[in-house]
Formats: sequence, C-alpha cells, structure tokens
Amino acid sequence: MTNDLMLDIRDLTIHYETDSGVVHAVEGLNLQLGRGESLGFVGETGAGKTTTALGVMRLIPNPPGKIKSGEILFEGEDLLRKSEAEMRKIRGAKIAMIFQDPMTSLNPVMTVDKQIAEMIKLHRSVSEHEALKQAGDMLELVGIRRERMHDYPHQFSGGMKQRVVIAIALACDPALLIADEPTTALDVTIQAQVLELMKKLKERFSASMILITHDLGIVADICDKVAIMYAGRVVEYADKRSLYTNPLHPYTIGLFKSVPDIDEDVDELPVIPGLMPDPMDLPAGCAFHPRCSMAEERCAKERPQMCELEPGHFVACPVRVGGRGPSPSGMLGKA
Amino acid sequence: MLRYILRRVLLLIPVLLGVAFCVFTLLYFTPGDPARMVLGDLATDEAIKEFRDKEGLNDPFLVQFGNYVYKAVAHGDIGRSYSTKRPVMTEILTAFPYTLKLSAFAMVIAILIGIPCGIISAIKQYSWFDTVTMIFAMVGLSMPVFWLGLLLILLFAVHLRWLPSSGFSTFKAMILPSVALAAQSISMVTRMTRSSMLEVVRADYIRTARSKGQNESIVIGVHALRNALIPVVTLCGLQFGQLLSGAILTESIFAVPGVGRLMVNAIMTRDYPMVQGGVLFVAVTFSIVNLLVDLLYAYIDPRIKAELK
Repeated sequence: MTNDLMLDIRDLTIHYETDSGVVHAVEGLNLQLGRGESLGFVGETGAGKTTTALGVMRLIPNPPGKIKSGEILFEGEDLLRKSEAEMRKIRGAKIAMIFQDPMTSLNPVMTVDKQIAEMIKLHRSVSEHEALKQAGDMLELVGIRRERMHDYPHQFSGGMKQRVVIAIALACDPALLIADEPTTALDVTIQAQVLELMKKLKERFSASMILITHDLGIVADICDKVAIMYAGRVVEYADKRSLYTNPLHPYTIGLFKSVPDIDEDVDELPVIPGLMPDPMDLPAGCAFHPRCSMAEERCAKERPQMCELEPGHFVACPVRVGGRGPSPSGMLGKA
Repeated sequence: MLRYILRRVLLLIPVLLGVAFCVFTLLYFTPGDPARMVLGDLATDEAIKEFRDKEGLNDPFLVQFGNYVYKAVAHGDIGRSYSTKRPVMTEILTAFPYTLKLSAFAMVIAILIGIPCGIISAIKQYSWFDTVTMIFAMVGLSMPVFWLGLLLILLFAVHLRWLPSSGFSTFKAMILPSVALAAQSISMVTRMTRSSMLEVVRADYIRTARSKGQNESIVIGVHALRNALIPVVTLCGLQFGQLLSGAILTESIFAVPGVGRLMVNAIMTRDYPMVQGGVLFVAVTFSIVNLLVDLLYAYIDPRIKAELK
C-alpha cells in the first residue's frame, strides 16, 4: 500500500528558533500524496504551508529553522535521512518547486535560457549546447517564443516570468511538483492562463503535484485531493468532491462560508471570528478551539487526532468525531 | 551605448567650467599675495608690481578668469608654475604616475582582501571569523591614515627595518604607503560586500538556485556574488576616484612625489596656476573614473544596460 504513495509525511514538526521565542510553524503534520495525484494545500497566510513545502525540499533556512521530528517518505525513502549530496540529486530532478513570486524568483543578471539550462545540466549528462537547445524547447512548451531565450528576466512580464519558472521546474521531468501559490502575484486573467498551463503540463509530464494556495476556487479547478491546514497542522483531508459537498471541520466550514456566492446577495460576508493564533504561543488542545463555534470543554485539553469519518475523508475534530472511536492517524492513507 | 558615453563626455564641459570657477574664486579671496610668496620678503615694491602686471594679477576678477579659460581652451595652456617656472601640465604629468601607481596598488589590495573577507563574513554570519573581521573593519575605518602611516613606519621601518620609510622608487618602498592608504578602502569594501551579500543570499532567486539542486559553492560564487557585487563596484569606483585625487596625507607622510603632495606644496606657496591646474586635473580623473564605473556597472547588471540604450 505504501508503494503507491509518492509522498508520505508523518508527524512532521518544524520550528523556527528565534531570539524572541520558538515559532511552531509546523506541528505534527501528516500528509499523503499518491502517484499522479494533485493535492490542494489550503490555509491562511502563516499556517505553515510554505514551511512544509520547504521542509520536503530540505530548504528550510537554518538557522533559525529546524526540522525537529517526523519523517518525509518520498517514494518510500526518508528524505530527512539523506545527505546533502543525495538531496541535491533529488532537488530539481525528482522534486521541483515553483515559487510564489515570479518577480524575484529569477536571477536578474542571467539570461533565462541559461537559468533553465543550469537545471538540465545539473541532472542530465548533456553538453552546454544541448542543454541550451532543450532550454529553448522548454520555453516553447510554456508558450514563450524561442527567439526570446537570450533575454533577461526584466524583459518579461510577470506572467511570462512565471512561465519561465514553470519551465525551469519541469525541465528535468520531476515526479513531484510543488507549486507554492504560483498565481498569487499575478493578475486574474494571467492567473487563469498560468493555471491552465500547469494543468496541461502536469498531465503531459504525469507528475504528482502539491498546489499550495489560499484560493478554494483554484483547488476546485485543478486538484483531486484537498488538505486544509490550520496553525501548523492538517485539520481536514479528503478528496475534492467530498470536501466541497460535505466539509466537516468547523474551520473548513468557516472558510467555505466566507467565500462569496455569485447567486446570493449578501451585505456582509460571514467571517471566522478572531485571528490566527500566535505561532509562538499556540493554544493547548485543538489550536482552533478559541475561534470555534462548536468548541466544547475537551477541545482545550486533548490534541485532536485524525479520524476517518467517511471513507477517504479525514478530520481532526473531537466534536465532529463524537462517539465514534478514533482511528490512529498512521492508518491514514489511500482509501 | 556610444551615444551615452559621448553625452557623458560632453557633460564634463560644464562640470569642469564650474570647478574652475569655484577654485578661481576661492583662490582669489584667499589672503596672501602670490607675488610676495614667489619673490620673497626682500623683493622691492617695483619687482612685485612688475610680477603682478606680468601675471595679470591686477586685472578685474572676471577678466582674469576669462583669460584663464580662453588660454586653456584655445591653446591647452593652463599656465606655468610660479615657483618652478615649468608648465603646470608637465608638473602634473610627472607626478601623476606615482599617484596612479599608489592608488591602483591600494585598490588592488582593498579588493583582494575586502571582497573575500566580506563574502566569508556574510555566509558565516555571527561566526568568530565574522566578528574578528568586523572588528578589524571598524578599526581600519576609524583609524586616520596619518596615524596608521606613522605606526607602520615605526614598526616596519624603524624597529624591524624590513621596509623603507619613504620614497616610491622600488616595489618594497611601495608596500607601506599602499597598505596605509588601502586600510580604509579594505574596511569599506569588506563591510559593503558583507551587507550586500547578506541581502542577496536571502533573495528568492538564490532559493530557486538551491531548489534546482545546485551545489552551495556555485549558488554563492555565481548566483549570489554577481548580484552582490553591483553596489561593491560602485563603492570601489568612488574609492578609486578619491584615492587618485587625494592621497594627500599618505603622499606627504611617505614622501611620495605624487599629485597630492604637488598640490599641498602649491597651496603652501600660493602657486595659483598650479593649484588651479591640479584641481582641474583631479576633477577630470574623478569624472573619467566615474564614467568607467558606470560602464562596468552596465556590464554587470543587464537591467542598467537596458536603460543606457
């Protein structure tokens, strides 16, 4: 069963140890991703989505960041036990990442073909000439004319820069693509184009994908599975249909309520009261309980475990789980 | 690009006119009679009057200035030194190679020490190396060159007798003045490289380079360094310009017969044409170095090259 899992993150904890205190960015996070699947990774700013992604790449800036415990099994092997040299062979070749801000993700003093070719030369034994030729092919694939390959990043628009970033990420045909809010910095029409392109290319390269976003609409468009993250933990994990038709965790329900409906005419959107907790001082028990309308006394005491309420639909909420016996989180997998 | 260079060279004209005017005015109002300085206390009043007439010192201010500019532009003649009677241009061109050698030497030392120290300090921030380097940089920056120069002479020339204390004819004699002159530049280059590098290594494109699986030495040496060097190049250019124009203290302490010493002597003796010519020459060198730095800047940073076109 573990063999069809591309990525299996178990009990991952990442802290930033700063002078003013320990930031609990990711706290006992569990997440699974099957081969060829795309997972939408949704949460507010500061929930720990990017930290999780950087953790998978083993690119957490250290100091102050530190992976405290847990396992990240990628194709069955624990990435946290790999040496730096082994990780360098995985980064780019097997796991590639698309970063949030295309404006700053490209080296301003290097032409784009060289930046793509750099990736190709690192992971394939090809000549400089061949690498540059392949870089040109990649640019055409993401919809940029080959003649522009010798241009510098500042000569491209934001949407085109993101296409270049995508071309770099896909240049070595990675098994897993992590896209960290790839469209947040772009305007809406360009967003649609870039998303369409990513969808197309993901299929063509038959890669698995983790799409980090806070936009539930994008997830609905692209992903098969959804994980909702709150204050360093996954609180709900299900396939897209199940989660969109029947959200179970009070936080997820709150998120959906705060999305405006095109058919309804409301004066004010319902929002989740309160703010994200301070990651240096997370509430005991369920981190969401101070803002939760369904909270009970026990929510402040016990840390909620992931339970499979419906087949393939996991939720970490003691109130929702109610009388049903908790299933151990280790069982969480492809249903 | 050529048009840009041409424009910059043309811009030199108003700059030089302005500089000439300022210096001329300042000298005009400086107390002390050049005739008296040149001819000495024992000169007769007639001799002094004759000298003032001959040199045009009795003409109105603007006429004097106009004559000076006319001669400079029409004949390339910026006067003769009152004290040595030789053309100012000849004097400067004799002295300049020494200054150029001294400055270039100091700059090379500053770059060779400053940039590597800055890089290591940045990637090993808060390490003992970083702390020691920053302390040295602070000391180097705050130590006046005349004092450092004297200390160096005391140690290496007087006590250890390794190096000569003055002159500039042999390679050995060049070491002490260059090091003394370089101290401040080393400190500035180190600090600038460090802070610029610290900023760049946190940039997103460095993370992108790492996410490609690139090894750390190339991430730092290629991706980070070229971006981090942009402000360092500006600093080095400004420093070099400054060194070229005024290693006055260093040249005086180590008795280097360069432009700085020439000008100090000229000021002391009210040698108007010499001071005037010296300042103009310094202004020209400074502007040319600046132009070269801007061109180098464009070579390093393609965004600036695009603006120049």
